[in-house]
Formats: sequence, structure tokens, C-alpha cells
Amino acid sequence: MTDQAYNFAYLDEQTKRMIRRAILKGLAIPGYQVPFASREMPMPYGWGTGGVQVSAAILTPDDTFKVIDQGADDTTNAVSIRSFFERTAGVATTTATSAASVIQTRHRIPEEPLTEDQILVYQVPIPEPLRFLEPRESETRKMHSLEEYGLMHVKLYEDISRHGHIATSYAYPVKVEERYVMDPSPIPKFDNPKLGDMAAIQLFGAGREQRIYALPPYTQVVSLDFEDHPFEATKADQVCGLCGATDSYLDEVIVDDAGGRLFCCSDTDYCTARRAQGHQGPAFLDSEAVA
Amino acid sequence: MYVAVKGGEQAIESAHAWLAEERRGDLNIAELSIAQIREQLKLAVDRVMAEGSLYDPDLAALAIKQSRGDLIEAIFLIRAYRTTLPRFGASEPVDTGAMACDRRISATFKDLPGGQVLGPTFDYTHRLLDFKLAADGETPDAPSRESVPGDVPHVTEFLNREGLIEEAPHDDTPPPDLTREPLEMPADRALRLQALTRADEGFTLGLAYSTQRGYARNHAFVGELRIGKVAVEMDIPELGFAIEIGEVTLTECETVNQFKGSKTEPPQFTRGYGLVFGQSERKAISMALVDRALRWEELGEDNVGAPAQDTEFVLYHADNIQATGFLEHIKLPHYVDFQSELELVRKLRREAGADQVQEAAE
Repeated sequence: MTDQAYNFAYLDEQTKRMIRRAILKGLAIPGYQVPFASREMPMPYGWGTGGVQVSAAILTPDDTFKVIDQGADDTTNAVSIRSFFERTAGVATTTATSAASVIQTRHRIPEEPLTEDQILVYQVPIPEPLRFLEPRESETRKMHSLEEYGLMHVKLYEDISRHGHIATSYAYPVKVEERYVMDPSPIPKFDNPKLGDMAAIQLFGAGREQRIYALPPYTQVVSLDFEDHPFEATKADQVCGLCGATDSYLDEVIVDDAGGRLFCCSDTDYCTARRAQGHQGPAFLDSEAVA
Repeated sequence: MYVAVKGGEQAIESAHAWLAEERRGDLNIAELSIAQIREQLKLAVDRVMAEGSLYDPDLAALAIKQSRGDLIEAIFLIRAYRTTLPRFGASEPVDTGAMACDRRISATFKDLPGGQVLGPTFDYTHRLLDFKLAADGETPDAPSRESVPGDVPHVTEFLNREGLIEEAPHDDTPPPDLTREPLEMPADRALRLQALTRADEGFTLGLAYSTQRGYARNHAFVGELRIGKVAVEMDIPELGFAIEIGEVTLTECETVNQFKGSKTEPPQFTRGYGLVFGQSERKAISMALVDRALRWEELGEDNVGAPAQDTEFVLYHADNIQATGFLEHIKLPHYVDFQSELELVRKLRREAGADQVQEAAE
């Protein structure tokens, strides 16, 4: 049921046009952060307003919409955003990755490879990969325009000299088409390899920070590293307790007072589909194995 | 055994129902009306209008009721509503010199044309709890007199005649619009003032206070503080001239600040400016002090590295709707990021031999 008091997908057409222009500019300059006049949305800044505005600008009545948070369709904020668009746009929604034409995500890329018919919309808290090295926006914009990324490499190098590893495990910085260093949003670095050469369009919206950026299909995206310390996508060295998957990103759940752990897919649709196909993880075979 | 819970939707609905019940409170107590909030919690209404950037006392009162008195939540409701409103145009600049003043004081002159008018102020009240108010809210009628018709000249104009205060030249450049364009640096004064007038009262107060305590001190005199109604006029294209479309209550503060002169400017007084919807002296004075501190560059003053001098720091952190949203978002699930941090810390500890040390200790 659509809420008739508001325009389709909440935003007025002028605002959508302004956002679409920013998206097009972002697609034309992959990895470049395009300033846009972010609007106050009826959900708080920091809760996906950037992603919501991007989704609102690109959704059409024929779209099928999926929302995930931490890989799951049933986390509270994903539920809230999905119901927002059900109410204001009346679009069909789904939890099946392959059935969705637009997927809004927070902190994950779905396990199932996306196709050319799909758009992945990321919610971005801090779009500036250099922010925690240099707090001033006026400075970081200058650094991007001069392609001056030495500070970032020094940071990564200092990590290695101190810890033996690059001590960044999520929001791991990438370089796009050998030009812009980009923040992939706080996805685990396990997901970084999926960013590059993806068939789907990837759009990134940061509402509070008023930035949109984008990766067109089949864009080259390289995670920053050093020859002698190559980038490594990591995950828990376990299998999914529910579906037995060995290739998916796993959440760790504490299951009893003794601190017993269950590892399970963070991508709930991936896990559910595998179980429907008859796959079973160790948790079903022997609940003791959980610990 | 753990099975992924699919209860999000139901849980959210139930939480909202409980919230509605809590908002209403004890059913044996009469419900607050919008009119009661508008009339009796007027200063709260004024703050919500000012920081919500929407002048509508009834909507602000509704927002306060809906938010259970959480003013930042109420401001958020107003902002979210405001973005959905069509924009018909912009008004003419309001003329605060023609303000019908309820209050008008100057700290720099004992008396002046237009007089000192105290108006309805908390100043000089003894902050003693009035227990009579708990029993009944009846108040005796306040004495009244005829208002003096005519404009009330600005105090700074008197200083200006002597050239003692910096010029504030008339400028017809259309101001930028913070609500329609992304905030980008460097921000000119018009944009800074626009951001400050909707900035969080507490944040602005804290910054202003810090300048008084020496972090970019610019000793401010309240040249003038005035509160009252001004007419809002708008050019109607069909008519070809401007007509009055309503009135708004504003608080305006002009500070007169010490200035020893710089390489480019002679010694003279300088200005800080604050203008806020409704009656909010604390906010207007704070705004004027912060405005003055942010002007260090154009006046050729030293940047002493104080927070109140740092335009990026002030403007990017002054909006309480942005701030509270981002602050509170850390309540949202972060277990994917946390998981990757867990893996990393475990790995680093393994390599640092921390596990063995612990085992040896056991």
C-alpha cells in the first residue's frame, strides 16, 4: 500500500533529478566523491540516508527491491528501510538476491555474484578514505585532486612495521582505475575482491557527508597493498554451522553461557538458499560441534 | 541450537506501540493539547522552530508532543517534514530596524533612542522554585502601556556615524542556500550565519563560552539585543510588488567587539551577529560570539588554533540532527565489522605470542 501523501519514493522529482545528476557524474568519474545537496530524510543521518536517497532516485515502479544490513534481510534497520519503500514507492520487495533489481546494502556485498541487470546501493558513513589521516575536508579534496596518496601508503606501511600486517580489516581502501583512492564503505575486506570487475552498477551514498560516488560495471578496483605484503581477503577459518558453506563470510554467534560459538553465513539469503538445496552444516549434525 | 531469528518486523511494530503508550503516560492525567504546548512551553517551541528551520508554532508544538519533550527529536521531525515542502520563493530581507520590539536592551549605552525595554525576561528573577505554580497557575495581569510607534534604530548605527565600528556594507548578492546546496569550504559569512542560526544551541553556547575563556578571545559587548515581531514580505510576480505575507518573532543580537587593528585594518570596533527564530537570547548571543570568532581571517587576526576559529570544525559539527544521527547509529548492528576485527586481533595476538604467555600463566 503506497502512502499517497508523498511523491513516489518519497523525494520530490527535482530532488531526484539533482541526485541522478550526481550519480551520473559519479559513474563518469569512477571513485570520485561528488558533493550533493543531501536532504533530511525521515530516518536519522548515519542510518542509511545516503543509500536511501540514491535508491529513491533510481527506483522505478517495476523494480524489485532488496535491503540487507550486515548481510541479513531481517536486521532491524534493513526491515525499516524496506518497509519505508514499500510504503512510499509501493515497489515489490524480495529477500532473494537474484530476484532483486536494486539491492541496498550496509556493510556487505552479497555472496551470490550480481548481474548486469542489477544495481547495488551502499550506505556509506564516512566516504573519505583519508578522513582519519586528515580531518579537514578542504585538505583531503586537495589531496585527491593532486592524487597525493603518500599519507595512506605511509599509514599502511606503519601498520606493517608495527603489527606485521596491514591492521585494517574493514573499510579497506581501494584504488579505482588507477586514479582515485576510494572507501568501499565498512564492508569486511573479505568482500573487497568482489568490488572490481563487477557486472552490476555500484552506487555509494553518504547522506550526512553529502557525497555520492560510483563504480560502473567492470571497473578496475584494486585493494591497496605492497608487493611483499599482498592484500589478503580474510574470514573466520570455519565453515557455516547451518549450511556448511566454506566460501562465505561468517558471523560468530555466542550460543550458550559457556561461551560456545556458532559460525554462520552473514548473508542470510545465501545460507537459506543453500539449506533449501539440502546443504547442512555441522550444527545440525551434532550440536556439541557448535562449541 | 541457534536458529537465525526472523522477528525484526514484529519487534519493531511492538516497540513502536509501546513507545506510543509511554508517550501518553498515565491515562488518568489529562492529555496535553497542541495549544497548551504552543502557549505554555513557548521557548521550547521557539527552539524547535529555530533549529528545525521552519517557522510554524503549531507544527513545532506537535513535534514536541510526539517526541515526548525530546527537543532534538522534535527538531528532527520538523526538519524531515520541512524537506517535503514545496518552495514557492524567497522573501524580501526582513527589516529588523522596523521590528515591533518586546524587548530591546543595550549593554553599551545607559540610554539611547528607543529606550531600554526589558520585556518578558528571566533576568533578575530569583531562581527560586515557585511552589505556588504547582498549586495553580493563575497570574496577576502585568501592567501595560501604549507602545511608542516608529522604527527603533540599531545601536551600532550610532557608533558607525563616528566611524568607530567597521562598515557593514549593503550587499545584494543572493546568499547561498545550505538546504539546497552541499556545504562546501571555504564558507562565506552568509553561509556561516545560515549554518549557525540552525546550529545546536548547546554546541553554539559551548563554543561561544570557550571564546570568553580565552580560546580566541574577542571581548564582546552586547551592543544590542532585541526580540520582537517583524513583517515578512514577498514579491508576488503576478502583482509586481512585495506584500506582507505574515509576521515572525526573531531574536537579534549585535555584538561590539574589541579590535586592536591589524596589518590591513585600523583600530576600531568590529561586529558579531546573531539572528534566530523566536525568543532565544542565549542562542542569539552565542551565535554572535561564534560569528565574530570565525571572522579572524577577513579581519587579519591571528589564528590561535582555537576551536571557535575553525570554520570546518564549527560548521561540520554544529548541526544536531547530523550529529545525533551519526552518534546514535553506533547502536545499529556492526557485527560484520566487529567479526573482521575479531579475526585480526586474534591473528595479531597469535603472532605476538600472547596466547602462549597466557597459557604459561595458567
